[in-house]
Amino acid sequence: MLTDTELDHIAKLARIELKDEEREKLKKELSSILDYVAKLNEADTSFIEPLQQITGLINSTREDVNRNEFPANEELKAKLIDQAPQHEDRLVKVKAVLAHK
Amino acid sequence: MFPNTIKKIREGLQSKEFTASEIFAHYQQKISKEDGKIHAYLRTFDFVEPAEGELSGIPCALKDNMLVDGTVATAGSKILENYVSAYDSTAAKRLKEAGALILGKTNLDEFAMGTSTENSAYGPTKNPLDLTRIPGGSSGGSAAAVAADMAVFALGSDTGGSIRQPASMCGIVGLKPTHGRVSRHGLMAMASSFDQIGPLTKTVEDAALVLNVIAGQDVFDSTTVPRPVPDFTELLNKSIKEFKVGVPKEFFGKGLAPEVEERVKAGIKVLESMGAKIEEISLPNFDYSLAAYYVAVPSEISANLSRFDGIRYGYSDPTAKNLLETYTKSRGAGFGAEPKRRIMIGAYALSSGYYDAYYLKAQKVRALIKKDFEDAFKKVDVIVGPTAPNTAFKIGEKASDPLALYLEDIYTVPVNLAGLPGISIPCGKGSQSNMPVGLQIIGNYFDESRLLQVAHQLEQAL
Repeated sequence: MLTDTELDHIAKLARIELKDEEREKLKKELSSILDYVAKLNEADTSFIEPLQQITGLINSTREDVNRNEFPANEELKAKLIDQAPQHEDRLVKVKAVLAHK
Repeated sequence: MFPNTIKKIREGLQSKEFTASEIFAHYQQKISKEDGKIHAYLRTFDFVEPAEGELSGIPCALKDNMLVDGTVATAGSKILENYVSAYDSTAAKRLKEAGALILGKTNLDEFAMGTSTENSAYGPTKNPLDLTRIPGGSSGGSAAAVAADMAVFALGSDTGGSIRQPASMCGIVGLKPTHGRVSRHGLMAMASSFDQIGPLTKTVEDAALVLNVIAGQDVFDSTTVPRPVPDFTELLNKSIKEFKVGVPKEFFGKGLAPEVEERVKAGIKVLESMGAKIEEISLPNFDYSLAAYYVAVPSEISANLSRFDGIRYGYSDPTAKNLLETYTKSRGAGFGAEPKRRIMIGAYALSSGYYDAYYLKAQKVRALIKKDFEDAFKKVDVIVGPTAPNTAFKIGEKASDPLALYLEDIYTVPVNLAGLPGISIPCGKGSQSNMPVGLQIIGNYFDESRLLQVAHQLEQAL
């Protein structure tokens, strides 16, 4: 079973604030999932490289030419920036990143 | 009476028996009449004049994790309740260019995480064949819409079975193409090395017709392969005599419902009677696939869903006092239980000190499973087995146990771990539940043509 300290650590990494009523349930559920996946340790993987991708494509890059599928215009800019919960003119508003203590 | 397959509607439109706006209105009426009790759709759209093309005038539905320019896309999550797409996903764009008409967007488990569509923040979808049962998931809305003939076809996305399993539960056809066959641009990413868009249809032929339109390389998805796209209908009517069909013994072990086993084995007998050579094979690392899946997928989820930060789009908690609280409070309130579980498992599996034991180990096991399939395809042309261990269960029956729900994907996740194409076709109803059973056919990489050929031939014989 995960401890409260472990749960807090994972929640912090995940940037998710947990409500008190979620905690016990999550501790139980996450523990049972982690117990289940521990099964992986039974597999002998001593001579195999980890899989990094499926299709075998190497250096999948586009041609170095100007791409024009999404011509930037006022309409597209507005569509994108209007999605930000807080925005002003054509800027997205964010709380201070470097704040005074 | 209107026909209900792509092929027949195309014929009707060409011979001017009805117009595109008439067939569209017919489907709109069906939705307004029947969807109140099924809840397959999250929102519907109006008629637009169709483009000329392969699917001109065919009414379809899209899972709500795919973007359609200028319309809301929620992915079944509260965190995106008001999100408006700024562009078309490549799949939607190709459908529109081929003339398909989008009836609406369908319900799904939140961010496509689930096997029952009970995880949608907008309420569950019901199975049209029995309203007390789940339609499968996560593309449950798409499957229910097609099964109830509230759409001619639908697109879903499949990360661990999310097209094939709901198709199986609802008694229709669901195709997951090879990873890299269909562009994922504009599909909200869940686990990028697993996700693949594919069709849910009434017939195998319709699945081939849709794949013809959506397949192919895309500059916006660098994992799509630069391979020519064949006409996937070309081989459908060719005999499968002498085809080598592998049946993995691991697919018929503990946990498989007897009523499913009975129908699937009967389907395999039919293949044999058609001249296919049935051969027992083994996927020695099958037992580890679900564990590898539930480490690798949550790891990718924790990275992909980090974009929901309360700043660029979606829900933002107004009470946050600083930047960190904007993240933690917006995500804490915006995500439902299943995304939270998976993000946290992923964050743990990728965290310092645990990365080697979880993520790296899972990727090694994934390589083993891929190799098992590669070895099998040296001996056989296709692999056949059940799509899911059970038929559709009752709504709420497994809702309290995440692991029990995960086990419903046991036969579909190995296919995504390896990136192979797979299809589920209906093969009768279970003798106990009287609900549809799906037979899964797995093909070799980019061999959708022969996969569809076997599926079509068997469909015609069943």
